[in-house]
Parts: sequence; C-alpha cells; structure tokens
Amino acid sequence: MTEVLATAPAPGFDAPGVEDFNLPPIAGIEGLTKPVLLLIFSAVIIYVLFRLSVRNVQLVPSKGQFLGESFHGLVRNTIARDMIGPEYLRYVPFLTALFAFILVNNLFGIIPMIQFPTFAHPGVPYALAMIVWLIYMFVGIQHHGLVGFLRVSTWPPDVPWWVRIILTPIEFISNIILRPITLSLRLFGNMFAGHLLLLVFILGGEYMLFVADDLALKLLSPFAFGMGIVFTFFEAFVQVIQAYIFVMLSASYIGTSLADDH
Amino acid sequence: MTGSLNVVGYGLSAIGPGIGVGIVFAAFINGVARQPEARGQLQGIAFIGFALSEALAILGLVLAFVL
Repeated sequence: MTEVLATAPAPGFDAPGVEDFNLPPIAGIEGLTKPVLLLIFSAVIIYVLFRLSVRNVQLVPSKGQFLGESFHGLVRNTIARDMIGPEYLRYVPFLTALFAFILVNNLFGIIPMIQFPTFAHPGVPYALAMIVWLIYMFVGIQHHGLVGFLRVSTWPPDVPWWVRIILTPIEFISNIILRPITLSLRLFGNMFAGHLLLLVFILGGEYMLFVADDLALKLLSPFAFGMGIVFTFFEAFVQVIQAYIFVMLSASYIGTSLADDH
Repeated sequence: MTGSLNVVGYGLSAIGPGIGVGIVFAAFINGVARQPEARGQLQGIAFIGFALSEALAILGLVLAFVL
C-alpha cells in the first residue's frame, strides 16, 4: 500500500511521490518509456565515446585517447587492483563498462532536458546486481569448487563451534542472499531519494511562486529554487560516489570469491 | 495535521547509519592525519564502510515508501 505523503505546510500543495516516477509510455508503445530510451541512449553514448577515444591510438596520446585511458586507468588502479588482487586484469573490462554505464545513467539525473536518473526505477539496478552476483558466484565456484566456495563464504576459520551455530547462517544470508539486494537497493535508493529531493524543492518553489496567493510565499520562492540548485550540485556528487561505490563493492565481492582464506 | 507514520520510522532508521557514517569518516580522517601517504588505501576502505552503514538508511527509505 502506498500512501501519498501530504505533510506540506501549505494546504493544496500536492507533494511529489512515487507516482511521479511512473512516466507514461512514449508514442503509445507499451513498455517504451523514458528510462528505457535513456538506457539505450547511454549505451550508445558510451560506445561512441570509447570508440572515438581509441580511433587513432598513438604512443603519445591525443586528448580523447588520454581521457579514455585515464577512465580505464582509474578503474584499473584504484578499484580493481586494490580490491581483487593478482588476477585483477581479467575483470577490468567488465568493471570499466559497469562504471561508465552507471555513471552516465546517474548523471542523466542532473543533465538539463533529460533530468531523470534511470536507476530511480529499481528494475535496472536489480538486473545489474544480478549480473554481478552471477559473476562472483561463478568465479568463486570456478576457483574453489562448490563446496570450497561455500566453505570460504560461510565458514570463517578459528571460530568456536557454538558460535558457528549462529555465525554460519548469518554469513550465508549476508554473503549469498543479501549482497545483491543491498547492492541494488543502495543505488536505487540514492537515485530515488535524490530525484525526489529535487522534485520537492523545484515543484515547491513553483507552487509558491505561481499557485499560492500569499505574497510572502511568492517572495520566499527564490530560496526554494536556490536550494534546488544547491542540491543539484550535491546530487552530482552523490551520483558519482554511488557509481564508484557500486563498482568498488562489485570488485570487492569478486575479490572475496577469489581470496584463498579470510 | 496529516502525515505518514512511515516517515517517522524512516527518521528513526536514519539515526544509526548517521552515527555509523560519522564514525567511519572520523576514523578515515584520523588515519590520513596520522599517515598521509596511506590515503589511497584508506579511501577505498572508508567508502566501503560508508556504503555498508548507509545501506540501512536506504532500506529504511525504501520501506517508508513501500509499506
């Protein structure tokens, strides 16, 4: 059951809620909504930019090549190498693509005329987290075997037997079941909350300026718009950080699957 | 006065993660102040700790809308 949050002080202002995220289908085609278009658009953008950056590879890189290489280098050096360990190179392409995909889709939230973070719908992060889950389960089972992987992830060494009665189920639930859920919900929740925050400030400011009859409210409306602008910059920060954290945690899950012991 | 009790629940659920995130970054700042060259390594760990404790607040936010 969803309830409309009607906590606004001014009567008549309909506060934005979940229903503002369910956009109508475009051109009457069922299933073709703005987030779906944005997903395709982001894939095209990333493909074109990376293609351009390696179009004419030289020893002394051009500006575009330098940008592409430093993006790849960021993921390789600060995420994959620290988190995964000696075999990190195999996973760098996946992590780079993941980071680029999440980053572009998050930044859609503050780019004018687009202004909708795709991951404000939970379905997309669920799919990404499922891919990450499949990869780290597969890698772990490949590396340790099924029993070995279950032992690594639920059987920490040097623990008294009576602690294991509680610890092993907790480790199983947290490592195998809860990880993909929290991974996706973190991204979804941050994007959803951020977009809702911007909606509240901008729609609230619009209501104060155009709809409300009170002169004081009209005079105070620039503050609401100002806070909207401040939070747009704050959202830019959050969006980059969340993309980073998603990739960082994915790398760390892959790293723990590969680790020989805790 | 009308409103949703869910939001009060979300406020309560944000207290713990708020304290937790504060502790994580306090430890990070302490660590960097004592050993500035370890910044790169500490940064990764700090963000993982931040993400793990923040997850609870995010779950609270989602439940505030879902329930």
